[in-house]
Amino acid sequence: MEAIIKLFLTFMKIGAFSFGGGLAMLPLIEQEIVDVHHWVTPYEFVDIVAISEMTPGPISINTSTFVGYRTAGVFGAAAASIGVVIVSFVLVIILARRFIQIKDKPATKFVFQGIRPATLGLIMSAAISIGKTSFLDWKSILIAGMIFFLLFKLKMHPILGIVLAAAFGILLY
Amino acid sequence: MKERLKMFLTFFKIGMFTLGGGYAMISLFEEEVVRKKKWIASDEFLDIIALAQSLPGALAVNSATYIGYRLFGFTGAVLGCLGVLLPSFISILFIAMAFHKFQSEELVVKAFSGIRPAVVALILSSVIKLSANFSKTFFNMTAVLLSVLAVAVFDIHPIFVIIAAAIAGYLFFKGEHSNGSDH
Repeated sequence: MEAIIKLFLTFMKIGAFSFGGGLAMLPLIEQEIVDVHHWVTPYEFVDIVAISEMTPGPISINTSTFVGYRTAGVFGAAAASIGVVIVSFVLVIILARRFIQIKDKPATKFVFQGIRPATLGLIMSAAISIGKTSFLDWKSILIAGMIFFLLFKLKMHPILGIVLAAAFGILLY
Repeated sequence: MKERLKMFLTFFKIGMFTLGGGYAMISLFEEEVVRKKKWIASDEFLDIIALAQSLPGALAVNSATYIGYRLFGFTGAVLGCLGVLLPSFISILFIAMAFHKFQSEELVVKAFSGIRPAVVALILSSVIKLSANFSKTFFNMTAVLLSVLAVAVFDIHPIFVIIAAAIAGYLFFKGEHSNGSDH
């Protein structure tokens, strides 16, 4: 029971501060589930991110379900997933009617003008941190380079990129 | 009751097909909710997306909650939210069960050794895509640099970075706003 409450509260905290889309949440999720609670290893964290990219749905839901199941079974998965959406759920309902007025207030705009570049910084930090876990030898750097080329220059679909990377992994290791 | 079930199933379907992040699903939502079912007018839809983006949390979940609430009140919000997140909840649950069993198989270990560096490539290519429509002002560049340093080098908790950025944005742009509108 204690584990389930801890999962709920931790993912509630993650959900409450997740701005700027799934990738911007990665440093926050990593900090909580790897560094603070040691629920998964840094490698498993990267694996969860990869799995999230290949399955439907928001990365926050995917991570909370995965980590929750890992830690406390199906109930843990449910508690973590409810935790990650509860704050925004309540805010949506409270603000549904009033939002149109709040949206155009200068103060709201100023705050988001500040948060927006920070979320880009958070995404870059995620790349750095995941790079530290993932780049272990020249082969891994080679794979990252090839996949980057395919995604960025040839506009390959990310899922296909991950499948190819798995094939490279099987061939090279 | 029938209408509520229909909404739940529509969001379940959207949840099943949202691969690759929230933005991919905006067009799916629009197709289903605005064009086919005509539940929401297209200008209100834009407001919903703006609200969903401004609040913390996933874009898809926030939009589904709002649309459900608009149509059927609190029950609608619960149904909308559950509908859009159940597909990923169920699929990840099965993957987590399987992953536990196959995690130490040699082939899986090798595959993930290849997948991990690819995740870096994936994130970097979205960084570049995102920076393309990002104005390179002094404030923006400083905020990006400081938040990278704070999290990646000084190991500061991302929550503090978000709060600090919000305060900095408020103070900086408020100052700029009042300087620019003295007339």
